[in-house]
Amino acid sequence: MINQSDNVVKLNSINRRMFILAIAKITILGGIVSRLFFLQIKENKKYLTLSDKNRIREWKLPPVRGDFQDYFGNIIAGNFEAYQLHLIPEQVDNFKYTINRIKNILELSNKEFQKILKRKNEIKPWETLIVADNLNWENFSKINNNLYDLNGVKPIISISRNYPYKGNYTHILGYVSQANENDILSSEIIKEKFVQGLKVGKTGLEKSFEHNLIGTNSIERYEVNAYGRRVSQLAFQEGDKGKTVKLTVDTKIQKLANELLIDQAGSICVMDIFTGHIIAMHSSPSFDPNAFVFGISQDEWQLIRNNPMKPLINKSISGNYSPGSTIKPIVALSALENGIVNPNFTVHCRGHKHPLELYGQTYHCWKKEGHGYVNMKEAMKQSCDSYFYEVARRLGVDKLSETAKKFGLGKKVFNDLFGNEKNGLVPNTEWKKNVIGRNWLLGETIITGIGQGYIQTTPIQLCLMTAQIANGGHKIYPKLVIDDNLSFENDKFISLVNSKKHIKFIQEAMFSSTNEIRGTSYKSRIDDPKYQFAGKTGTAQVKRITDRDRELDLKTSEIPYEERDHALYVAFGPYKNPRYALSILIEHGGSGGSNAAPLAKKLFKEIVDRHEIRKNFETKKYLNI
Amino acid sequence: MYLQNKLENKISLFNKIKKLDGILLVCIVLIGVISLATMYSTDGGRILFHTKSHFLKFVIFTSLMLVISFLNIRFWFSIGYLSYLIILAMLIWTIHFGITASGSQRWIDLYFINIQPSELMKICIILCLAKFFHRKRLENVNSLYSVIISLVVIFLPMSLVIIQPDLGTSLLISISGILVLWFAGLNHKYFFYSFLISVISLPFIISFLKPYQKLRVLTFLNPDRDPLGAGYQIIQSKIAVGSGGIFGKGFLKGTQSYLEFLPEKHTDFIFTLFSEEFGFFGSVFLLIIYSIMIYRIIKIGVISRSYFAKLFCYSFGTSMFVYIIINMSMVLGLLPIVGSPLPIMSYGGSSMLATMLGLGIVMSAKIHSDQSIA
Repeated sequence: MINQSDNVVKLNSINRRMFILAIAKITILGGIVSRLFFLQIKENKKYLTLSDKNRIREWKLPPVRGDFQDYFGNIIAGNFEAYQLHLIPEQVDNFKYTINRIKNILELSNKEFQKILKRKNEIKPWETLIVADNLNWENFSKINNNLYDLNGVKPIISISRNYPYKGNYTHILGYVSQANENDILSSEIIKEKFVQGLKVGKTGLEKSFEHNLIGTNSIERYEVNAYGRRVSQLAFQEGDKGKTVKLTVDTKIQKLANELLIDQAGSICVMDIFTGHIIAMHSSPSFDPNAFVFGISQDEWQLIRNNPMKPLINKSISGNYSPGSTIKPIVALSALENGIVNPNFTVHCRGHKHPLELYGQTYHCWKKEGHGYVNMKEAMKQSCDSYFYEVARRLGVDKLSETAKKFGLGKKVFNDLFGNEKNGLVPNTEWKKNVIGRNWLLGETIITGIGQGYIQTTPIQLCLMTAQIANGGHKIYPKLVIDDNLSFENDKFISLVNSKKHIKFIQEAMFSSTNEIRGTSYKSRIDDPKYQFAGKTGTAQVKRITDRDRELDLKTSEIPYEERDHALYVAFGPYKNPRYALSILIEHGGSGGSNAAPLAKKLFKEIVDRHEIRKNFETKKYLNI
Repeated sequence: MYLQNKLENKISLFNKIKKLDGILLVCIVLIGVISLATMYSTDGGRILFHTKSHFLKFVIFTSLMLVISFLNIRFWFSIGYLSYLIILAMLIWTIHFGITASGSQRWIDLYFINIQPSELMKICIILCLAKFFHRKRLENVNSLYSVIISLVVIFLPMSLVIIQPDLGTSLLISISGILVLWFAGLNHKYFFYSFLISVISLPFIISFLKPYQKLRVLTFLNPDRDPLGAGYQIIQSKIAVGSGGIFGKGFLKGTQSYLEFLPEKHTDFIFTLFSEEFGFFGSVFLLIIYSIMIYRIIKIGVISRSYFAKLFCYSFGTSMFVYIIINMSMVLGLLPIVGSPLPIMSYGGSSMLATMLGLGIVMSAKIHSDQSIA
């Protein structure tokens, strides 16, 4: 049968082809199994990690910021428990009702209310909405009493920055506030630790020591689903509090400095002349840094920003001022060191009728009647300008600037500790040529001799200068922060003068200026040798004195505020056994002798009294170790 | 002789039950149970819609399969062309009156059930072509006439499904058809040349693809190019399978699926979930059951007396294999994502119906293996 044989052929063909495919199938099956093997056994670890990464999400919580302590261990920037109100929109049955209830309980203004609603729209429904970040106790308890009616609302106690001394340390410490985009971009560590609500230092030491202070985040680990919704909490890992930063300052003296400068613009700096410890450094007016922690209101901010006394500027380190007569000890010292004159060199000061004339310019002494014949000591004591015109003329600005720089003028005192510290300016001929492009004029040397003209110093520089005069001409390294790791290793013992005799003479001259009759700060003297101090006044002009002004000879109170002279005073004490130096500056305060020097009297009383306590504290500290 | 045949044709119901293929049946039930357990897991460990519906469908269609298996294989031979034409008509109907879901028009509403004719076409095309080649002499198989007819038979449903658009199913339909041609003895060179032509024309085909299909191909080549977009499915699927490890994360403990990282976990990606929870051993176990099932189908083909039954069993068995392999390769990142369900495991009535229909015919071939078709 044809049909039959054909069938056989067909069957052979189909079976042969089935066989071919069967082999192919087995091969492919092997391929699938080996793929499974590869994914599930060989690469298992990798995919397991990826799967965990998928499902486990970590929530960082803001770290607890480290404290600032003063020398005696008092907390000057710490943390407090802020009462906050959190709400997760998803967990609230009736958001509209709840939020209106809260509005009524807290008596929120419409503006604040709109802000909350706006924030709510920006977040996902299962994310936390912070309704209030710093409630007072009264409101917090009101909320707690009404909780039965506020489904899904969580009263929370959160840790926040607190400055117990309010405005006292504002310029040293700076303040913290919500981290913004710039903070994150400029600092790796902030970027790493950033979470919603993280507060970082914006200015001052809060900013400089961000790395030490910031601490580590606490971490909550949650299992989440594909849409990011938390399913269950897996772990909680407690973070570390930031490190404590210890400062050299004494809160008592800092507070006094605050009180002395109240309602005035100015600065007070107090320094240990041997260790370089800053005992107090205050810039006035100040403001309350606590206002910034939860974001300052626009009105408050404008008030601070537009204050003509410029509270935002740290005048102690960023205020450039003409040093006025406070530079005279350096001018005299430079002249002695360079052998230009000796202490017996005498100049005849003849008052306003016979000023020093040079190339058609006249240079007046401040005293109308003149000082008569004065030697160096007498000139320092009475701050005779004519004498220092002549000394400066003979000395030359280059030699003067060399000495001034040696004593710490024209250079940052704290190096890079503060972002906003100014260099000041100690001019010389080369500087003028390079920067201004003109040759130095002799007249400019003459006014530099009395601390006017190009020369600019910051109050902390003047304080350092005085300290180095007081300690016998040794270089010191000012410190604001106690670092246990590198105490004094970097401080090399360098003598800044050739002859001890010269520095001794300057100290004596400053003593006479304060403690001898006719001295410019004689009225502010303390006779008790325990507190007795030596100083130099300064009155820095802010505008050129015209002949008309000279004729009018107005009292300070009769001149418009912005045109009044800056009052300065630098001093060290106790005179017998010096330990502390200070500088006082009052912007537009009038004369240094009558306005700045009296503050020194009050300060030295406190400083000397506190010295015993400070010394005992130090020895006790070492005994404890 | 005719009488004798007639006598043989009449097999008592009892005998028919006795002649049921036990191994095949066990495999089907086993896969059914596994799929129900997996479906239960996709519902998050509760008996919800998908589990209930899948259970119902499995029971109904398995019963249907048993009923089909008792019908004589000759009946299936006789309706070979008719069933093809009916489904073809349904496909045309779909284009005009079909139900649209997730961007493609695949379903028709039969009032009591929504059916996807393209799935049924996978079986009917085999029936139709098997009948066509049953009577062809081997030397006529390669004649121009039969090649053209069979190509038309394949191309018509394929193009109708492509415009739905459903690239995956249309590919599977044409593969089923081509497999019949292969077993019928079409010359090797046709396969060789058409393979060559398709490789050459691949770039042109790609240029005709819809943007989302192009995206799938690109994503397959590099899933990391858009991990949250187009690459998401394949990356998450690989993570799920890979993290399963040797023994799996345990029943109901697949984090990838439980936490909703897995897309389409009820349907095309069901193997992923299974593999995550039961690991390498579980997956290989499932593969072994599938292999036994396919082996039995082909074995039934071997013992069948009629050429039609042989052709059907071989083609259907091999098609099943291809469906399984394509689905698995897809979820394991070996192939681009084309919509192709895993037989019996995946949720979906039409796919289950088609598979059970095919298995029923295979069972019928087993019961009536001694029957010859004139």
